[in-house]
Amino acid sequence: MNAPPLLQVNQVTKAFGGIFALNDVSFDLHEGEILGIIGPNGSGKTTLVNCITGFIDLTAGEVLFRGRVISGKPAHKIADMGVTRTFQIMRPYFSLPAYKNLVIPLFAPRAKRTGGWRGGGKLGDRNTVSIDILEELGFERESFVPYKMASNLPTGYLKRLELARCLALNPEIIICDEVFSGLSMSEIASMVPLMERLQMEGITLIMIEHRLRELFRVANRIMVLNFGEKLMEGTAEEVMADEKVKEAYFGSEEVEEVMEHA
Amino acid sequence: MKAQHEQRRKERLDRGIKVRSDGIYALMSWRELCYLVLPRLVLIVGILMLPLLMPTMYWQRVISIVCIYALLTLSFDFLAHFVGLVSLGGAFFIGTGGYLAAILNQSLGLPPLLSIPLATVIGAIICTLFLLPCLPLRGVYFAIVTLMYPLLLMRVIEALNILGGTDGIVGIGSFANRWVEQYFIIIMVLLFLFGVRRLVNQDLGLVFRAVKDNDQAVRASGMSITYYKTIAVFIASAMGCLGGAYLVHIYMWAGLSTFALDFSILPIAATVIGGAGTLVGPVLGAFILVPISELLRAFGTLRIVFYALILLAFIVFRSEGIMVYSQRKYHQFEKWVRV
Ligand SMILES: Nc1ncnc2c1ncn2[C@@H]1O[C@H](COP(=O)(O)OP(=O)(O)OP(=O)(O)O)[C@@H](O)[C@H]1O
Ligand SMILES: [Mg+2]
Repeated sequence: MNAPPLLQVNQVTKAFGGIFALNDVSFDLHEGEILGIIGPNGSGKTTLVNCITGFIDLTAGEVLFRGRVISGKPAHKIADMGVTRTFQIMRPYFSLPAYKNLVIPLFAPRAKRTGGWRGGGKLGDRNTVSIDILEELGFERESFVPYKMASNLPTGYLKRLELARCLALNPEIIICDEVFSGLSMSEIASMVPLMERLQMEGITLIMIEHRLRELFRVANRIMVLNFGEKLMEGTAEEVMADEKVKEAYFGSEEVEEVMEHA
Repeated sequence: MKAQHEQRRKERLDRGIKVRSDGIYALMSWRELCYLVLPRLVLIVGILMLPLLMPTMYWQRVISIVCIYALLTLSFDFLAHFVGLVSLGGAFFIGTGGYLAAILNQSLGLPPLLSIPLATVIGAIICTLFLLPCLPLRGVYFAIVTLMYPLLLMRVIEALNILGGTDGIVGIGSFANRWVEQYFIIIMVLLFLFGVRRLVNQDLGLVFRAVKDNDQAVRASGMSITYYKTIAVFIASAMGCLGGAYLVHIYMWAGLSTFALDFSILPIAATVIGGAGTLVGPVLGAFILVPISELLRAFGTLRIVFYALILLAFIVFRSEGIMVYSQRKYHQFEKWVRV
C-alpha cells in the first residue's frame, strides 16, 4: 500500500500518576479499513481512544490525521475534523427524546458544512434528518421509539444512538468503543451488516470489542493490547495463532471458543 | 357492620389536546384554542394591568423592583436548568449594568431609553469576559466566582474612591413619567420571558440543554462547550444588566448597594417557589416573594425569619414549585376511584 495512512499513532504513552495505561503504542490506520483492537480488561483500549480523540492529553508521542498532528488539539476540534468516537459508557442526553439527541450533532459546525451523513442535513430540517438517520440504524420510523426519552431506551438503542451521533457529523473515522457489548446475539447480528455497510460507504472504522467472533468477521486487521502495550498486530488467524495472545487471554472462554471455530 | 375502610386511589387523565409534534398543535375547536391560549393571556394581561391596580406610588415602585427581580430569576433559572451553570451573579450583573448606565447617563448625557440598552449590551460583554476564565471548569467554581466579583468590585470602588466612592453616583436622569417607567420594564420582562422560552426549544437551546446533560457528548459532536456556555452567560448577564441599568434610573442613583447580596439570593428562593426549570414559574415566584418581603419590611431584620420559613415550607411540602403543580392540575383531570 502506497497511500499514506489516514491516521498514524506514534509511540503514544499515557501515564496516570505512576501507572502506564499506555506505553509506546504505535499503529497506522488506512483509509477504508476496519481495524479491530482487542485486549483484556484494563489493557488501555479506552485510554487509547481518549488519547486519539483529544479527551485526555498524551504523556508522550503524537497522533497524525492525514499527515497533520492532531494530538494536543481540543476534543471538539478533532471531532470537527471528522475523527469521531462512541463512548463505552454511553453518553446520550437523557432528558431529550432520541431524535432530539441527534439534532445536537446535526447543529454542529461540521454537520452544517458537510450536510451530515450522506449530506442529508442540507436537505431537510434537523428533526426530519435525525429521524432519517435513526431509521437507517434500526429505530423504526412508525413506532414511538425515536420519540422516546433517551433515559427510557434499552441498551441496544443507546448503542445505536452513539453510532448515530458520529454519523450525524459525516465522519471520516469512527472509533467504536465496545458497541457490541451488552447486546443480545440477535442485536449483534443486525449490527454487523451495518458496520460492513459503513465501511462500504467509505468510513474508516476502529472497533474495540470483547466479542471476538463477531469482530473477526468484520475486521480486516486486529491489534492486541495488553497492560498498555501493543502485543501484536495482524490478521484474525495470525492473532489467534499467537502464543502471547493466548497467554494474555489465558482462561478466557471466549478465545477458546473462537479458536475452536477457527 | 362493615368496616368503613375503603381503599381509594387517585386517577389522572390527560386533559390535553392532540399534539402532533412539539409546538404544532392540531386545534380542533375554539375550546381547545382557549385551553391553549388562556393561561398565557391571563399571565400577560395580568402583568400589564398591575400598574393600574396599584394604589400608591410606593406600590408602583414595588412593581418595578419585582420586575428587576423577575429578570434576575429568569436569568438564574435559564443558566441553572438549561445550561447547567449555577449562578450567584445577580449582584454582579445588577452592579455592572447599574454603574455602566450611570456613567453613560452622566458623562455622555444619554437619556434612559438609550443608556439602558447600551449598558445592557456593554455590561453583558463585560460580565461575560469576567466570567470567561471559569467557564471551562465544572462544578461549583462558577457559583463561587460569580459570588466573589461583586464583593471584590465593591471593595475596589470603596478603597480607590472611584465612581463616587461610598456616596455613589448621584443625579442620574429619570424616566419621562411613571407610565413609561413602569411599562418599559414590564414589557422587557414579558419579552425576555417569552424569548427565553422560545430559545430553549430551538436547536441552539437544545445544545444548551445538551451541555447541561452531557458536556462530553457535546465535545464528541465537534462543538466547543465553552463557546456555547459563553453565549448562554451573555444572554443571562444581559438580563441582569438590563435590570441594573433600569434600577439606577428609577432611583436616580448608583451606589454600592447595587452589589447587594439580595440580588443573588432572592432569585434562588423565587425559583424554588415558582418551580425550577419552567421559566414562567420562577418569574411568578419573584412576583410573590418580592412583595411579601416588602410587606415584612416593618418587621426589620425579623422578616428574614418569615422569609426563611416560607422558603422552608415550600421546600418541605411542595418541592416541585407552584408552576409545576398548577400545570399538572391544568392539564390533567384528577379523580378518586375506588379500588
Ligand atoms: N482517569 C484515569 N485515572 C487513573 N487511571 C485510569 C484512568 N482511566 C483509566 N485508568 C487506568 O488505566 C488502565 C486502562 O484503562 P482503560 O479504561 O483504558 O481499559 P480498557 O482496555 O478500556 O478496559 P475495558 O475492557 O474494561 O473497557 C486501567 O488500569 C485503569 O484503571
Ligand atoms: Mg474500555
